Amino acid sequence: MTWIISILNIFTNPLFYKITLTAATPFIFAALGGVFSEITGVVNIALEGIMLLGAFVSIVFTYLTGSPWIGVLMAMISGLGMAWLHAWASIKWYGNQIVSGTALILLAQGLTGFLMEPIFGKPGQTDFIGRIKDIKIPFVKNIPFVGEIIGELNPLVFIAIGLVFFSWWFLYKTTMGLRMRAVGENPEAADTLGINVYKIRYFGVLMSGILASLGGAFLSVGELGQFKELMTGGRGFIALAAMILGNWNPIGAFWACLLFGAAEAMNNQLQSSPILQISASTKPLFNMLPFIVTIIVVSGFIGRTRAPAADGVPYIKD
Amino acid sequence: MAAGIENVKDYAVVMRGITKRFPNVVANDHVDLFVKKGEIHAIVGENGAGKTTLMNQLYGLINPDEGEIYINGKKVNIKNPSDAIKNGIGMVHQHFMLVSNLTAVENIILGSEPRKGAVLDIKKAKKEVKELSERYGLYIDIEAKIEDTPVGMQQRIEILKTLYRGAEILILDEPTAVLTPQETEELFEIMRKLKESGKTIIFISHKLNEVMEITDTITVMRLGKVTGNLKTSQTNPKEIAKFMVGRDVLLRVEKKPKKPKHEVLRVENLWVKDNRGLDAVKGISFNVRAGEILGIAGVAGNGQTELIEALTGLRKAENGKVFLLNDEVTNKDARILREKGLVHIPEDRQKHGLVLQFPGYYNVILGRHYKTPFCIDGFLDMRYIIDYSKKLFEDFDVRPKDPKILAANLSGGNQQKVILAREMSSSPIVSIFAQPTRGLDIGAIEYIHKNILKLRDEDVAIILVSMELEEIFSLSDRIIVMYEGEIMGEVMPEETSYEEVGLMMAGSKLEMIRSGIK
Repeated sequence: MTWIISILNIFTNPLFYKITLTAATPFIFAALGGVFSEITGVVNIALEGIMLLGAFVSIVFTYLTGSPWIGVLMAMISGLGMAWLHAWASIKWYGNQIVSGTALILLAQGLTGFLMEPIFGKPGQTDFIGRIKDIKIPFVKNIPFVGEIIGELNPLVFIAIGLVFFSWWFLYKTTMGLRMRAVGENPEAADTLGINVYKIRYFGVLMSGILASLGGAFLSVGELGQFKELMTGGRGFIALAAMILGNWNPIGAFWACLLFGAAEAMNNQLQSSPILQISASTKPLFNMLPFIVTIIVVSGFIGRTRAPAADGVPYIKD
Repeated sequence: MAAGIENVKDYAVVMRGITKRFPNVVANDHVDLFVKKGEIHAIVGENGAGKTTLMNQLYGLINPDEGEIYINGKKVNIKNPSDAIKNGIGMVHQHFMLVSNLTAVENIILGSEPRKGAVLDIKKAKKEVKELSERYGLYIDIEAKIEDTPVGMQQRIEILKTLYRGAEILILDEPTAVLTPQETEELFEIMRKLKESGKTIIFISHKLNEVMEITDTITVMRLGKVTGNLKTSQTNPKEIAKFMVGRDVLLRVEKKPKKPKHEVLRVENLWVKDNRGLDAVKGISFNVRAGEILGIAGVAGNGQTELIEALTGLRKAENGKVFLLNDEVTNKDARILREKGLVHIPEDRQKHGLVLQFPGYYNVILGRHYKTPFCIDGFLDMRYIIDYSKKLFEDFDVRPKDPKILAANLSGGNQQKVILAREMSSSPIVSIFAQPTRGLDIGAIEYIHKNILKLRDEDVAIILVSMELEEIFSLSDRIIVMYEGEIMGEVMPEETSYEEVGLMMAGSKLEMIRSGIK
């Protein structure tokens, strides 16, 4: 009974929805990145590593310049670099995309871990370095309930939501989008029409690097204002699950990200529920909530989604 | 018909001295091709003769090692498909190059999209495609996704793709291989219309009756070389076949009179569902006797696939019974059926007939790999298997005669021979052939037809499912026709006609046809 009451309390609390949006934001950036890459036929599990490096780079440049926005910009450049490595290995050299992606994750983990000491003088985590300020929307802020959810949020949250619609428009309404979808489904057909399959795939993968690094930057300079080792904590993989659940469509992925965001918000609220009084030793169990939701949802829905037919298959011209 | 440099101008396409070498083979050896503007020109030859390679070079998919190409008298350098498109060349590939999750109109405009800035102008695209489709009578559903589009329409979409890009020279690579007789007729109508409007068409085929019907001139190729330049009006199928194969060919198999014996397979009121859960086979009954060939005719997709899968243990029958030598074998699994002597030459030889990434020697023992002498105490006897497969490759004339080559690297005809070798060497009592010659060349077809007849003369009961009426008529001792999962009638080949069977394929019952005539 106390459980039902506390869950009802959570659902009627605007804070739950605000945390849902905030928690969903890194998923949204990374899932959009996944969509851009995989819709052209390149699997990009490096999202996790790209996010981690993005989180680190943005903190480093915030530390150096004092401007978190410069941090974000540099994170995007680092994402571009990581994605370029992935594209180079898997498009140019027909490398196995899972192996290349895994290598990049390990690279990011090693690099960020190693650079902590020389730059910040200590391993583990940095001090508070600085973050992007939340923006207040004057009129909205005063609306009851809704105002408490979206009246005061980090600008990156709005950018993420804006990018969802931009990505949908880009992929489904522009000629470039049409070509990207064609290349991911049947590269040979696109090739016979004079479309450069390699260029399109490079574009998709590079875009995915930029987008995923924004998700990483949000975690550090958007939310916490500091960097912690391995702070992405599997979010890149949850983003991939959201992309699949959303059927490789930006709007679909957005809804899936909100679902996973809600699971994280639920975890957060249950742990701090004054009624439940969850002990410190059981709290880690609740941290599994987003992953459990992922497994249940993905295993239930995965058969109903359809990957681009050439997803993960290198295009070799003979 | 040889043309010098001086009259290159008279031709829409001239290819001179084209040579293309691949690691182990010279695919095109100094090939010359001359195609006049506004004519339908056939390139015929067996599989592996180099027809598609030649056309891929004209379309820029691969580049020649030697040789020159002239389009409308002008020397051109075609490095990639974009160059070909710019020179007014369009190609409809044998395996359609369509993006299955995009719509027809999206496929047609892909790569040459009308746009406003970066935005796709889909309205304009639809209008343009619609006009084009009406002008040439190429009727399509422009809003439908390719995956929901029937094969015949997909082909029209492919042709529209080339026309949309302003193609004046169309290459059609084996366009009739996937079509029903009616769809082929429709295609020929379209080709005549295109010709009337001044387009030049290069038609690749190995179906000689079609070449005779539709083309003006013919280039015959064999083993990478041109062996004949012919005028269609002055030649005949026998002559073309001779140029193709390099020897005289029997276009019709010679068949001994039938001597059917006891009943081997009996099917009673069989019901089978398809993948979508709909009834695909609706209460079919028939039997097959030892030493006879039962032909099952019908347009693809009328339940033949499901029927065969149910008979061979690959799909569950919902209702009804199957008897093999009076033993009930309904819904027994494939291994039990094979042990009882039922073998199957599947419709999709690459998907269901072979493990493509296995060498020939594994492929010829699959299905019996667990039995002695191939397997002793759970271990494969590799030496025996290799010797055995060498002998089979020899007996069945698989080329190259090396069982260590991966099945994937054999030509279609030789892949089919490997399957045939495996199935025939297990001394079957019933043999089910599903489209055994689809996509094969004359030489291989002749070989497979001879072997089917040999099995029949060895008192095997045979079921032959084919979309090719000619094949059904030349081999079968009895013919049943399937339409929407039901049998429309049973006829003897000598007592019926293509028209009668064609009507049954379109859904008329035999009694109705015959009562209408009489």
